[in-house]
Amino acid sequence: MSESLFGEDVIVRTIARLVAPFIQLFGLYVLMHGHVSPGGGFQAGVIIASSFILLALALGLPESKERFKKTIRLPMESSGPLIFALIGVTCILAGGYYLQYGIAFLFPPAVVSAILISAVEIGIGITVLAMIVTIFYAMAGD
Amino acid sequence: MKIIPSIFILFIGVMLAAAVAGMPEFGDPNSPANTHIVPYYRENSLEETGVTEIVTSIVVSYRGYDTFGEVTVIFTAGTGVIALLGRK
Repeated sequence: MSESLFGEDVIVRTIARLVAPFIQLFGLYVLMHGHVSPGGGFQAGVIIASSFILLALALGLPESKERFKKTIRLPMESSGPLIFALIGVTCILAGGYYLQYGIAFLFPPAVVSAILISAVEIGIGITVLAMIVTIFYAMAGD
Repeated sequence: MKIIPSIFILFIGVMLAAAVAGMPEFGDPNSPANTHIVPYYRENSLEETGVTEIVTSIVVSYRGYDTFGEVTVIFTAGTGVIALLGRK
């Protein structure tokens, strides 16, 4: 699939290029609001990944890969479990249990917990985003 | 003829249907799911985790091991796809 599904259709190409940033913005919103409203890392990762899949369908695979290069995806794929595990180990070092976010460090435990939960959500989102896109590229690749 | 497997499947189906009839009503406030742990989450999740979204507090904090496993599953699935199809 080196060529776009829709050939050189100007409408499809333009609309996809216009809409993709807004999909990514919505994905970021879902990611950053995971702790105050329905949402979270898994959903946000899939939403942002869908924008790259849309670009691949409308503009063609090479142009989508150009916007999300392998060198960027490679560290993103493994960073989610790494962030999660590091935060868990940090909780042990701070005197709690593994993944016990409510540790007192500069701020009250509830605030630290909220910050760490957001960090974990961001890590989940990064991994899901990179993995979904990588799987799509691998299966669509020629 | 596959008469014995059919009877077996039918038997299991009837048993499952009977079990469904005995399940608590959807949203029943007196069901075990709603009287055992849910009130605890509703009352304590905000002050214990500092997160206003109860679902997130359960997924990431109370059930954090499970979510860690899920992320690892996604990572492993992607690694398997890359190993099979090659990195493109």
